[in-house]
Amino acid sequence: MSTQSSNLSPQPLRKTRTESMLLNVGPSHPAMHGIVRILTELEGEEVIGADIEIGYLHRAFEKMSEQNGYLQVIPYTDRLNYVSPLINNVGYCLAVEKLFGLEITERAKYIRVIMSEISRVTDHLTCIGATAMELGAFTAFLYFIKAREYLYELVESVTGARLTISYTRIGGVKGDLPKDFAERCRVAIKKTRAEIKEVDALLTKNRIFYDRLKDTGRISAKDALAYSITGPFLRSTGVDYDVRRATPYLVYDRFDFEIPVGEHGDNYDRYLCRMEEMEQSLRIVEQALEQIPEGDVLLDTDGKVITGEAMVDSAKMGLIEEIAGSSAVVDPTLDGTSKVNYRNIETVNKRASLPPKEDTYGNIEGLMNHFKTVMCGHGIRPPKGEAYMPVEGANGELGFYVVSDGTDKPYRVRVRPPCFTIMAALPLMLKGETFADIIPTFGSVNMIGGELDR
Amino acid sequence: MAELHTKLKEKFPEAVLDLHDQNGDETVVIAKSALLTVGECLKNDPEFNMTVLIDLTAVDGLDMGWKPRFQVVYHFYSVEKNHRLRIKVGVDRKEATVSSLVKLWPAANWFEREVWDMFGIRFEGHPDLRRILMYEGFEGHPLRKDYPYNQRQPLIGPQN
Repeated sequence: MSTQSSNLSPQPLRKTRTESMLLNVGPSHPAMHGIVRILTELEGEEVIGADIEIGYLHRAFEKMSEQNGYLQVIPYTDRLNYVSPLINNVGYCLAVEKLFGLEITERAKYIRVIMSEISRVTDHLTCIGATAMELGAFTAFLYFIKAREYLYELVESVTGARLTISYTRIGGVKGDLPKDFAERCRVAIKKTRAEIKEVDALLTKNRIFYDRLKDTGRISAKDALAYSITGPFLRSTGVDYDVRRATPYLVYDRFDFEIPVGEHGDNYDRYLCRMEEMEQSLRIVEQALEQIPEGDVLLDTDGKVITGEAMVDSAKMGLIEEIAGSSAVVDPTLDGTSKVNYRNIETVNKRASLPPKEDTYGNIEGLMNHFKTVMCGHGIRPPKGEAYMPVEGANGELGFYVVSDGTDKPYRVRVRPPCFTIMAALPLMLKGETFADIIPTFGSVNMIGGELDR
Repeated sequence: MAELHTKLKEKFPEAVLDLHDQNGDETVVIAKSALLTVGECLKNDPEFNMTVLIDLTAVDGLDMGWKPRFQVVYHFYSVEKNHRLRIKVGVDRKEATVSSLVKLWPAANWFEREVWDMFGIRFEGHPDLRRILMYEGFEGHPLRKDYPYNQRQPLIGPQN
């Protein structure tokens, strides 16, 4: 027996030389949402270092914003976070309105809240769906894209577009909600809830999904704050910071909603946070639909409502007095807004919102009005100064910092993209994990190239 | 809410050059040399307790005739106290250097890289000041007002 035990004694280790390996993930890689490159340093399966290269989608948003009028920036903001473009629209318009000192109408505020929350749900649906798909759960992805489709149909019926919506205006929103919106919205919410429930049953206690997400991509609350991380990512670590609660804007202080927080700051908690946030957003939409008052959606009309055709007709006949101060009822999916009466807008030269398209195309006064609002050298002019306006984007605090020099072009438009800071902290989370963990961690960052690179 | 900008003025009477609270955003313009001391105070003083550096950017004042030409703009937020403060630092073109805040707020790392990339303002003490959105070899700093918006610099790859 003794001879056998001597055979089992450890062999002297051969001297081996180990060196780490560099491996590129991206820029073009199926698991990289958008285009980003992660240069990883590997030791076997373990990631010992990562360098992130961004900028592949840089389209000079901030530079181009300085070249056009304040209203012309709105379409650019659609392209920032292209999964929830409405929140970008709202954020930019709120920043400019802060600069003007404008207070928009109640109905417009509610519409903005409803559309923002619907967008938040579509964003979370995409994020969780894509993460699940990358981990092999293709079914969940299809269910969530189906749910997203219900909401996109709603967005389409209100704004006329699915993605490049440009829905808000400085001083309100482009058009009112369609007549049967509340009804259809409730149906869509019901259907979306059913899909979320289904995916919840598929994923939340799924052994494979749980094991891949639990305890991967961990970050402590202290680190998350040091890296300026906000949104569901920060809340998963246990910090309950939400702009909607901390500094309520629009009418968020009138709703009853919870802010879900996690505990461990890992991928699984982020998944749970996002799942719960969708439910809370749907609750806000339901409450807003109950509370929303009647009224105008753009500053500022006298409350007289006529049809779009009647407005065009009287305008063509030169009956300007009849249409002054009235709003046109038009199909919001086309190009209708309400007629603007500039008298009540508290701005320097009382011009902020666009006239309705019927007016613009129907008569020379409307055309001139439009011309004076949008043409280079004639546009709206906020007073000199600066304003920073944070809103709760789907990924975290989305801030717009606008500087005005008193001319019709913004002097500087700065976007504080929420996923920029999370991407900066990504190497910290990847270090010490296995290579396969990059996929769920990166998925939970929900990187959106449009807002990251601007 | 407490008036943070006046409190900061009381603490650093020499360093604070200007202050206002336009549109409700409390803003303090401080001297460049005092940035690190003010930053430390903002972070560690329980009265300010600025846990988060929300945003860091710059504005080129060439068209408005600012002197000094650039302003580096910091937005701070305190999670515990729920208040915000904006700090601005004037930077001249000739000496476009500011102290880096990476040691106090690690988030400044990428923000400062972006400001360097876009405005050409250097950050002293930054561990890794590379371009971030534009590529290595890009000439100029695109968000400067004297950089034409329609200027093209196609990246055509290595020349053989």
